[in-house]
Amino acid sequence: MLSITNIHASIEGKQILNGINLSIKAGEVHAIMGPNGSGKSTLASVLAGREEYEVTEGSVTFLEKDLLEMAPEDRAREGLFLAFQYPVEIPGVSTTNFIKAAVNEKREYQGEEPLDAVSFMKLMKAKMAMLQIDQSLLSRSINEGFSGGEKKRNEIFQMAMLEPRLMILDEMDSGLDIDALRIVANGIHKLRNEHNAILIITHYQRLLDYLQPDFVHVLYNGRIVKSGTKELALELEENGYDMIKGEADLITAE
Amino acid sequence: MNLSDFKDHFEQLRTDDPGSLIGQVRREGFHVLDKAGLPTKRNEEWKYTDMGKVFSHEYFFDSGLPACSLAPAEVDVIRLPGHDNANEIVFVNGRFEPQLSKIRSPQDQLTVLPLEDAASGTYKETIREYLGCSSAYIKDGIHALNTSFIHGAVFVHVHEEQELNRPLYIYHISDARQCHILSQPRSLIYVDRKAKVQLAETFATLGASECFTNQVTEVIIQNNAIVEYYKIQNETANASQVSTTHIRQIGCSKVHTVTVTLNGGMIRNNLNVIMEAAGNEAHLFGLYLLNGHTHADNHTLADHVQPNCLSNELYKGILDNDATGVFNGKIMVRPGAQKTNAYQTNKNILLSEDATINTKPQLEIFADDVKCSHGCTVGQLDENALFYLRARGIPKPDAQELLLKAFALDILDQIKPELLRSYVENLITERLSASKK
Repeated sequence: MLSITNIHASIEGKQILNGINLSIKAGEVHAIMGPNGSGKSTLASVLAGREEYEVTEGSVTFLEKDLLEMAPEDRAREGLFLAFQYPVEIPGVSTTNFIKAAVNEKREYQGEEPLDAVSFMKLMKAKMAMLQIDQSLLSRSINEGFSGGEKKRNEIFQMAMLEPRLMILDEMDSGLDIDALRIVANGIHKLRNEHNAILIITHYQRLLDYLQPDFVHVLYNGRIVKSGTKELALELEENGYDMIKGEADLITAE
Repeated sequence: MNLSDFKDHFEQLRTDDPGSLIGQVRREGFHVLDKAGLPTKRNEEWKYTDMGKVFSHEYFFDSGLPACSLAPAEVDVIRLPGHDNANEIVFVNGRFEPQLSKIRSPQDQLTVLPLEDAASGTYKETIREYLGCSSAYIKDGIHALNTSFIHGAVFVHVHEEQELNRPLYIYHISDARQCHILSQPRSLIYVDRKAKVQLAETFATLGASECFTNQVTEVIIQNNAIVEYYKIQNETANASQVSTTHIRQIGCSKVHTVTVTLNGGMIRNNLNVIMEAAGNEAHLFGLYLLNGHTHADNHTLADHVQPNCLSNELYKGILDNDATGVFNGKIMVRPGAQKTNAYQTNKNILLSEDATINTKPQLEIFADDVKCSHGCTVGQLDENALFYLRARGIPKPDAQELLLKAFALDILDQIKPELLRSYVENLITERLSASKK
């Protein structure tokens, strides 16, 4: 579904990603872990199409198409979804209208009829129940005055509404208390099927306990320095990154 | 046209009724015009607004104007929504046209008279006291030009304890189909004790010749009255204007103004609110959405003369193409105006490389127990917000439109009459969707 080949990327002349290779197939859950500043969020931004990042080398194919050639909105309409680490507050734009516009943009792109008001409300009610999200939240402006947990829940709600093929979760667990994390994780779990895939970017084991990744990758200095199964995450939780950092630095030195 | 053209014209008029009350006000006006001349960019108040081009045309004006030739149906171009239930005052080429106007409120609620008639009748003292009060605040030649040629003006009295359930719409139509027109409408509106009124002024120009509207509206507000005042400017590029609204809160009262500027040539707004009674409250809102070569200059004054008054001001602008904007917000706190609360904010979004905004807060504070704040921002659309919307599949032009509309929304929400609000909202939506890029 997603194939990242030798991606190098920089922002304002500063090189952040130094040749990332990663392949994700439908039905898989991947987790990327790594110390602060290793390039995790940059990778998410590059995939979603943030224009400040310049891809200096490499390629990305998503569902057989050249992802890097596409505008952010087209990537979204092709089925890529980035749940933001810091969802943006947009005063004056109602959450419901925004989500409706987004859902119908995607439907139009895929040659489907737009949803009428009734079917849209029906869909919304179902997803709201799933994520235990309150109607009053959705009648407010996008994320305006939302708590950290509400913002994250709103991200997953949008994700549920848009039913993407690839879900990229950028530090979804930060700012969530234990109960909120459980609700969000269960919500994500319910969205999983054999046609979609998840890429989790996280510092912690907590979310991975719920989502059980098939693969865990460690990012360090803009490269994947180690890949393994979910046991790798447990190992990291236990020992920290120092050992991996040491190994990676040794290899670079050689 | 230059000063001597106006001088010649005034000399010709001198014979008509020199002893009358209005004649006197006119002469005082002319004296100021003669002394001050027409402002140039050297005048600090006109630093960013060059009226040179506006005065380069030869206008027909005052007694040189052709008689009103508009059919009632032609007024329809300017009618605001809900006009069937509104009181409508129509000016054509700067003159009040009673035939085209419609006063629907009963006479014991609302009186609308030609100013000349009012001045020779029971309202003589009111007019003597209040007509021309803005001249002490605006001493430039353009303001005096209006006063010099007060003719066909209107007097409005909202009666004591009357809460008008019909808004008062004031339409300014200029007929520039045959020649260049200088329109100089003048209104004096007296809102009596415990009265309540919603006022809206708007402008339209017929034809493609040059038109310059130099309008002055003076509003006097008595104790416990509530006044909403809306100005909607959506003209064509051949129409320029200096639009002055001078509000005196002589009694403890509330005033709420919204100025919306969408289209036109060279536009200068003077909005003064003079808080002359303790406990006054004034809210000043403005939205300018400019493109093409439109120039809009909003000069506002919140003048705290008495203690315990509140002024709250928010102006927002979106400028595209080669448009230029000016915001000059003056807050004056006079000696003794203790416990003043005065707040001012101006926010601007520039959409093109060539759009310009000059924004200037001007605070003059002569009391020591006051709360005043001001702030202004100039920037582009929030890139993070734009990306967020795009990352959900909303195309860039639509995302921009959504954000701009959201930016305009808090001013739009200050337009309280629902019909007027949705009318302006449609104008804004049309504009934003037409200029998508």
